[in-house]
Amino acid sequence: MKSMLGKKIGMTQIFGEDGRIIPVTVIEAGPCRVVQVREADKDGYSALQLGFDEIRKKKNVSKAMLGHFTKSSLPAFRLLKEMKMEGFNLGDTITVELFSKGEKVSLTGTSKGKGFQGVMKRHHYAGGPASHGSMFYRAPGSIGSSSFPSRVWKNKGLPGHMGDEKATVKNIEVVEVKKEQNIMLVKGAVPGANGGYLIISKEG
Amino acid sequence: MDAMGVVEGGFKKDIPSFRIGDTIRVGIKVIEGDKERLQPFEGIVIARKGTGTREMFTMRKISYGVGVERIFPLYSPMIDSFEVIKEGRVRRAKIYYLRGKKGKAAKVKEKAFSAAAHTTT
Repeated sequence: MKSMLGKKIGMTQIFGEDGRIIPVTVIEAGPCRVVQVREADKDGYSALQLGFDEIRKKKNVSKAMLGHFTKSSLPAFRLLKEMKMEGFNLGDTITVELFSKGEKVSLTGTSKGKGFQGVMKRHHYAGGPASHGSMFYRAPGSIGSSSFPSRVWKNKGLPGHMGDEKATVKNIEVVEVKKEQNIMLVKGAVPGANGGYLIISKEG
Repeated sequence: MDAMGVVEGGFKKDIPSFRIGDTIRVGIKVIEGDKERLQPFEGIVIARKGTGTREMFTMRKISYGVGVERIFPLYSPMIDSFEVIKEGRVRRAKIYYLRGKKGKAAKVKEKAFSAAAHTTT
């Protein structure tokens, strides 16, 4: 498992070697620093805590967090995430060179919030007919039987808040890695709004 | 850091300005097996769509009595050369009406003082 942190910049398109257009998402990937090392005999598990997106002004860091960063004598970061990976020591820098062109990666982010949505948008229910005297448009319909089970089954799809939750896309191809600018281009769309944080990872 | 600019800044910029109704000739790279050659395509620009690096344009010509249209991305690396042959005078942004016309009616009037015509002759 290898992973790093990044930020979604936005989408654009580039030309492939055969002249075809490739839709790409531009990701500012790293540089991440190892802020803390979790060890199996001390913490019960082994992992690396990565920091990304440096905070330049000291006043924007809480005293408690500042203490955590001073301990490892590193600058303060906006995003801290623990990753199950090995091979790096405290204070090491992880750059976009961790990944190479052509690799398939998983990208985890926070999906765009959609607010309170009905069942048609949220759970892809079919809804009812729009015309011919129909009075049943976008309602969920029956949500269960009466005498048995006399209740609504768990996980029954109903209206509610949609989006703004963790979302992962897998098997996304890395189209290009620009190490000078810490930029990674991946094929297609990734979850979340522009400026949202992403976890870029690859199994094995 | 302008990350978008880094990605989009690498596109070629030596594209002559041409407008709807102009007759242009483009050299298209054609890959046959492991050989590459240039295939010219000459026609009237009937549409330009999109902005920035996403811009596309449509060309139309009559080839052996059959109308042929090709759509290219403006910044496509497969286009080797651009040449404006004639500047046309048209009054709309998309001249799709040429599709329904035949013979002389399908012609675009040339600009009275065409810069391209002066430079080529």
